[in-house]
Amino acid sequence: MARINDVGGMTGFGAIDTTDDAEPFHADWEARVFALQRALLVRKIFNLDEFRDAIETMPPGAYLAASYYERWLYAIRTLLERKGVIEEGALDHA
Amino acid sequence: MSGEHDDALISRQVRLLESLLEEKGLVGGETVDEVVDGFLANASPVNGARAVARAWTDPAYKERLLADGAAAVGELGFAAGGVQKQRLRVAENTQTVHNVVVCTLCSCYPLRLLGPSPGWYKSEAYRSRVVRDPRGVLAEFGVTLPDEVRVTVWDSSAETRYMVLPRRPEGTDGLSEAELARLVTRNGLIGTAVL
Repeated sequence: MARINDVGGMTGFGAIDTTDDAEPFHADWEARVFALQRALLVRKIFNLDEFRDAIETMPPGAYLAASYYERWLYAIRTLLERKGVIEEGALDHA
Repeated sequence: MSGEHDDALISRQVRLLESLLEEKGLVGGETVDEVVDGFLANASPVNGARAVARAWTDPAYKERLLADGAAAVGELGFAAGGVQKQRLRVAENTQTVHNVVVCTLCSCYPLRLLGPSPGWYKSEAYRSRVVRDPRGVLAEFGVTLPDEVRVTVWDSSAETRYMVLPRRPEGTDGLSEAELARLVTRNGLIGTAVL
């Protein structure tokens, strides 16, 4: 099945914003999501392939609407719920 | 990359997630800053530039860099520090070939050698189009190549990362290796700039 992340060759995404921006994070929460992902990988709660798969199987509309680290948060949340580490919907009322 | 989002809501979700995981003893111990600093401390385009300058001045090193990139940058102390083992393929620009790197599926990138990736590298606009219309994309970066130069696009994967070996600029015969390294830019190592 085609996955939404497989965008190579697609048309319609518009011009590239070529701004030379190499700031790794644009908000404190992005760095926190990054650190959470590392911690959970190190503790083998999930592995990198599972993490990538969780991003790649996002519903296409949600994938396209999400920023880079929103996708990471989605993947972490999905895997933790799937594995029963947190309850489903545990973050819905944050 | 697109759409308006409620940063405050996401922030609260992340904090809640952190506290849930802390209760279970799954995170904690190291601070966010420690994790981030540890990951980024050794990542810089200065590293890739050093490998390029060495290749420009030492033909035997260049041969090793093109044959096995990971081993050759390892000689300079730049072992890939990722979670998974990765190959590094170095693609040489010549008079007749220009190389450019992408990760169409996501954002794979030789972080240790190039530093944090620019936002555009992770964008759907770049990922989708550079494989279909590389010359058009390069033009958006201000790079126009003669028609006779072939453009090769390298698509990264979880296992293989790519770095471009740019052409050495004209008129740099008298420069030292360190001076040459300062001419090398991050975009030059991705292939969206010529030096």
